[in-house]
Amino acid sequence: MSTQAAPEDATSATTRYEGSVRDEALRAQARTGRTFTLRINRGEHGDSAGRWESYDVELAAGMVVLDAVLFVQAKHAPDLAVRWNCKAAKCGSCAAEVNGRPRLLCKTRLEDFNLAEPVLVQPMQTFVRIKDLVTDVSWNYRVNEKIIPFRARTDRPWKFYQRDVEKAQEMRQCIECFLCQDVCHVLRYSGEEKPAFFGPRFFVRAAGLDFHPMDAEDRVGQLRGEGGIGLCNITKCCTEVCPANIHITDDAIIPEKERAVDAFDDPFRGIFRRNGAPKP
Amino acid sequence: MSVALEYHPFESDVIVVGAGGAGLRAAIEAAASGASVTIICKSLLGKAHTIMAEGGMAAAIGAVDSRDNWQVHFRDTMSGGKYLNNWRMAELHAKEAPAEIESLERWGAVFDRNDQGGVMQRIFGGHTYRRLVQVGDRTGLELIRTLQDKAVASKLTVFMEHTVTKILLRDGRVCGIAGYEREWGRFRVWKAPAVIVASGGIGRIYSVTSNSWEGTADGQAIALEAGAELMDMEFVQFHPTGMVWPQSVRGVLVTEAVRAEGGILTNAQGERFMERYDPKRLELSTRDVVARSIHTEVAEGRGSPHGGAFLSIAHKPAEFIKKKLPSMHDQFMEFAKVDITKEPMEVYPTTHYVMGGIRVDAETAATNVPGLYAAGEASAGLHGANRLGGNSLSDLVVFGRRAGFAAAQYALAQAPAPDPEPAQIISAEKEMLEPFALEDGENPFTVQEDLQKMMMEYVGVFRTEAQLLEARAKLQSLQERASRTRAAGSRLYNAMWHAALDVRNMVRIAGTIIESALLRKESRGAHSRVDYPDTSQELQKVNSVTRRLDGTLTVRYVERPALPAELATVLEAKDAGVPA
Ligand SMILES: Cc1cc2nc3c(=O)[nH]c(=O)nc-3n(C[C@H](O)[C@H](O)[C@H](O)COP(=O)(O)OP(=O)(O)OC[C@H]3O[C@@H](n4cnc5c(N)ncnc54)[C@H](O)[C@@H]3O)c2cc1C
Ligand code: SF4
Ligand code: SF4
Ligand code: FES
Repeated sequence: MSTQAAPEDATSATTRYEGSVRDEALRAQARTGRTFTLRINRGEHGDSAGRWESYDVELAAGMVVLDAVLFVQAKHAPDLAVRWNCKAAKCGSCAAEVNGRPRLLCKTRLEDFNLAEPVLVQPMQTFVRIKDLVTDVSWNYRVNEKIIPFRARTDRPWKFYQRDVEKAQEMRQCIECFLCQDVCHVLRYSGEEKPAFFGPRFFVRAAGLDFHPMDAEDRVGQLRGEGGIGLCNITKCCTEVCPANIHITDDAIIPEKERAVDAFDDPFRGIFRRNGAPKP
Repeated sequence: MSVALEYHPFESDVIVVGAGGAGLRAAIEAAASGASVTIICKSLLGKAHTIMAEGGMAAAIGAVDSRDNWQVHFRDTMSGGKYLNNWRMAELHAKEAPAEIESLERWGAVFDRNDQGGVMQRIFGGHTYRRLVQVGDRTGLELIRTLQDKAVASKLTVFMEHTVTKILLRDGRVCGIAGYEREWGRFRVWKAPAVIVASGGIGRIYSVTSNSWEGTADGQAIALEAGAELMDMEFVQFHPTGMVWPQSVRGVLVTEAVRAEGGILTNAQGERFMERYDPKRLELSTRDVVARSIHTEVAEGRGSPHGGAFLSIAHKPAEFIKKKLPSMHDQFMEFAKVDITKEPMEVYPTTHYVMGGIRVDAETAATNVPGLYAAGEASAGLHGANRLGGNSLSDLVVFGRRAGFAAAQYALAQAPAPDPEPAQIISAEKEMLEPFALEDGENPFTVQEDLQKMMMEYVGVFRTEAQLLEARAKLQSLQERASRTRAAGSRLYNAMWHAALDVRNMVRIAGTIIESALLRKESRGAHSRVDYPDTSQELQKVNSVTRRLDGTLTVRYVERPALPAELATVLEAKDAGVPA
């Protein structure tokens, strides 16, 4: 399937604003219209191989891959399935793989690619396809439910400072795009039956709670047990793809692994923890 | 027994439509009150529009400026809303927001801290003191994640990626809802005596908007259809600063925090034009004023290269900017290749928020339909003619909590919901599948785009009678077209089908905006009529109320209750200082 876009329709439906673009250069660019080929891997439920469809898309200034996908949806393939919400890298809905690399579609600028070659978009490979670019990420929600919830300490006043929350705040920047889960080899090659391994996203979540100065729980035992943190061999692939720039390995996984060792190898630490001594 | 059983309706005491801040807070409270609770949301859990909120959450805690208290917050909210607010809501909101912040902290929220070991608070337009609790510029994410975690721990039932299309009634009372599963396209029925609509806003009716795709006015439309009243629909907030360039991000929000942290607006001639429009508050004037000012500068030929105004924060140290406005820094770097620590941004108003919505009782968030409640952006009243920045997030939790509590009390006092009438279920399913039957119908994306452009052009920042009448005429044909949009392909995660159903809601609510805007012959807050530039004392006494009776829309004015003497005294008090 290959379709030619009319130059006037080059921008996506929701972002067009008549009479406001004053930049002549921009207009000229829109008129001359550089097209490129977007190849989307499409398919229905459970079809992991899918089929590649090609679409010609007119390039507009500042266009991101999500714009191109939505353009195809609005003009050529209206039943094309893709998740998105914010179009501003804030909600983590539009995770997919562009030229084989896990990325947010709304944060991936087309100008950064060699557009003489087609741009390839496929769904996250770690999760089962629902349709086209949409995958079944419900496994992540089930893992999330297992994590020991926050419980506020009552043994000291609610008083702490910015320096005490920096690490927790870094963890709490996570937008739950699941790109780190997608790239992690422990999950990626595991098929539909996922191993006993929470995955980087949930190490980050557990660490965010553990780093909270007023949290009364400790999740180290959980991470070491059902969380399977021991299966992580610190390849740092998760950190590389994280759009929220969380240092997943250095700031969450390694500290939790080290604490896991401490908490289990040093009996006194365990006792202190139970008595409510401050966490490291 | 009845047809309903064929659909295996899922039963609970309270259904919450929407998992934004309002829906989650309502669900948590309803569950804490002993009700069984079901949450239904269009997207995945944790992706609701609330996640995009940046600047902060207003609460008169006085953690940074001890002069702040509920009275000042109440006064600021009323004055920002041009006194059209439901005063009781404004009072409850100002009084209860601080306790909500405390609850959130006890549930694990990590707000920025001040030097005394308490929460940091920042100044925002229209707020007298430093009042916004924040997490850099990702406050909405913190709110959503905290409430999501709390909701998960509260053992609720969540149906994510399900869309509600109808509220089911029996003998004039709510008995459940109908909708569909986005993944498989299956029709679904849920039974409950109480339903809380917390479905968010309507921004997607306009072409330039900061809203996510979910803002298609579903909740307002289905409530209207079920007999609920809408109020103040003429008041749509255009946020003064949306991105203008590149085109692909046009409308994306530039948070007010940029101005709060010292950002300065200038025109093409380098003039700090806010000195002419509001010399006292300058960039931190209320949103309606700043939006009109930028619009006027551009219209009179003093715009930036891409048709906006310049907003600069580059006079502040780069480290300060990266710390205080990290996601703005990234957003401009990534999308516009602009380094805001060195260069100015270009900004122009973008459709942001609707002050109007479902008409509710201040104490209970109940609508006029027994068993139906509404909270958050989907409801009306708190913000009057113009919302202050930061007052929405606090609105969500204050009235989300009240709605959850009241709905649970009501549901638990009620006998189990009766089965929905089979005829209603059959017609709900038929309406839902209609786009598949209209083989030669139109592409819904085209109709959506035409509606968005029309609303932007004729029902935007400035309005006139002639334009609004034109909008009314154009809407008629758009309504026709919307009702004939089609879907192709299977029911499996079918964007075309979803869009066809969404656009049917969008045209309905566009109609309520146009009709209410025609009725209000004055300029007040976000509603600027070029042909009636003055604010009318008379019209301060009334709200516009929209209803659908036998298929036709009626808009009328309803007298507002008089302000009680003690609140009148609060409004008149003179200790309101100059922004700190
Ligand atoms: C970019 C941006 C920044 C903002 N910044 C701030 C700020 O700093 N401070 C502030 O106070 N306010 C801010 N606001 C406003 C504020 O974020 C919103 O008003 C608020 O989040 C709305 O919350 P809500 O809970 O009412 O609805 P939403 O968060 O919009 O959630 C609506 C929910 O309803 C669901 N839903 C909708 N229709 C259906 C249906 N038919 N069936 C099932 N589910 C449905 C959706 O899936 C979603 O879960 C900002 C808004 C934007 C756009
Ligand atoms: S560092 Fe660990 S968690 Fe991250 S991708 Fe590698 S193995 Fe997976
Ligand atoms: S940790 Fe980063 S990559 Fe992983 S889900 Fe969160 S934001 Fe996405
Ligand atoms: S659409 Fe929200 S992150 Fe891309």
